[in-house]
Amino acid sequence: MKTYYDPEDLKKFGSITKLQKSMGDKFFSYYGEVFKEGALTAREKSLIALAVAHAIQCPYCIDAYTTDTLEKGCDEEQMMEAVHVAAAIRGGASLVHSTQMINKIKEISM
Amino acid sequence: MKSLKAQKHPISLPSFGLELLDKSYPIESNESFQTHLHDIGLFPFRPTGIDILQINLGKMCNQVCKHCHVDAGPDRKEIMTRKTMEECLEVIKTNSIQTIDLTGGAPEMNPDFRWFVSSIRELKPEANILVRCNLTIILANPKYHDLPTFFKENRIEVVSSLPYFTAMKTDAQRGDGVFEKSIKALQLLNEQGYGIKNSNLVLNLVYNPSGAFLPGSQQELENEFKKKLLEKFGISFNSLFVITNIPISRFLEYLIRSGNYDAYMEKLVQNFNPAAALGVMCRNTISVGWDGFLYDCDFNQMLELKVDATLQHISEWNQEILSNREIVVKNHCFGCTAGAGSSCGGVTA
Repeated sequence: MKTYYDPEDLKKFGSITKLQKSMGDKFFSYYGEVFKEGALTAREKSLIALAVAHAIQCPYCIDAYTTDTLEKGCDEEQMMEAVHVAAAIRGGASLVHSTQMINKIKEISM
Repeated sequence: MKSLKAQKHPISLPSFGLELLDKSYPIESNESFQTHLHDIGLFPFRPTGIDILQINLGKMCNQVCKHCHVDAGPDRKEIMTRKTMEECLEVIKTNSIQTIDLTGGAPEMNPDFRWFVSSIRELKPEANILVRCNLTIILANPKYHDLPTFFKENRIEVVSSLPYFTAMKTDAQRGDGVFEKSIKALQLLNEQGYGIKNSNLVLNLVYNPSGAFLPGSQQELENEFKKKLLEKFGISFNSLFVITNIPISRFLEYLIRSGNYDAYMEKLVQNFNPAAALGVMCRNTISVGWDGFLYDCDFNQMLELKVDATLQHISEWNQEILSNREIVVKNHCFGCTAGAGSSCGGVTA
């Protein structure tokens, strides 16, 4: 069955450089640099990536960073807490906009 | 849970596993492990020496871990006899081997375990004697309760598996209730001074992934384990050895049953690391089976791949012939060379 998302496509990610080499190479070089151990540990960065993957709802990223966080020794509880952070920010982002709604209510109401 | 052998599972036959690793291998056949070694100038694969004698005292165990490459358990009756132990002692006595690594099953369940350990210590007062203790054996029966004292008296280095610092992950791999008993056993070892700074009693832990993925950084995992075990249970230890699960026996059965076999093998191959290959344990170890036969490593032992030499039994030991043998390698060896590498002492690169 044809679907928009195929887990096998994740393996082809590196080949996007075939259509635009210099930009693709720069992206992957930057990507590699970002995930190196720095002020944050590689483990912390992986948990952030897992949370972001859920926030942007990228199935490839969810597969990749579920495996990566497990490999870096995170357990299910820590991973789920990271997803809750993403959910809290997403939910909070909706709710905080209610201040704009309240402002508008005030503006146009007697 | 019964062993694969007791279930008469086809994977309990070494030939079945080997054939599977060769024939249903997801990568092109010209990318075998031997080809990888050849490409980096390491084939034929030779030892650098024989520094470690790893001795399997039997396949009997009080646990039935889901990833066990030995397929050990209470229903396994293969046990090393005193006669074979005496043959091992002769080799230890007459050769320069300084590290003796005792494993199983649960090596402590061999009725001659204590006699064997004391004899090695008497023969070689300065030798490094390791016991791969599964921890729960200490609490399994009153006759084992004094093991921490026995270990201390014989200056044994204790190496114990603990896949994680929580019950959920540990019990999922090693069986219900194993985590709680392991914690209690670690506390008993700490009470004897094991793993405590400046005590000279070494307690090392072994981490291996609870599933079809590779282990992460040994240093980062060790830091995390040390922090959590101390905070939650007041436990100290020396080092954490990170080991990759090798696709044989029960772990192979799990990979196939869960549909992870192809992806796991592909991952091992993609992560082949020449630096890791240089330091794998088969290059300085001889593994002795419960019946005295010799192997390049514990995994080859379980696959019944004996050393490629004119002698194959401990009773025929010849250091020169064994030092010049060619190490037997197959596709399961990708497990030891992936990423940072894997051996009984942790990472190799």
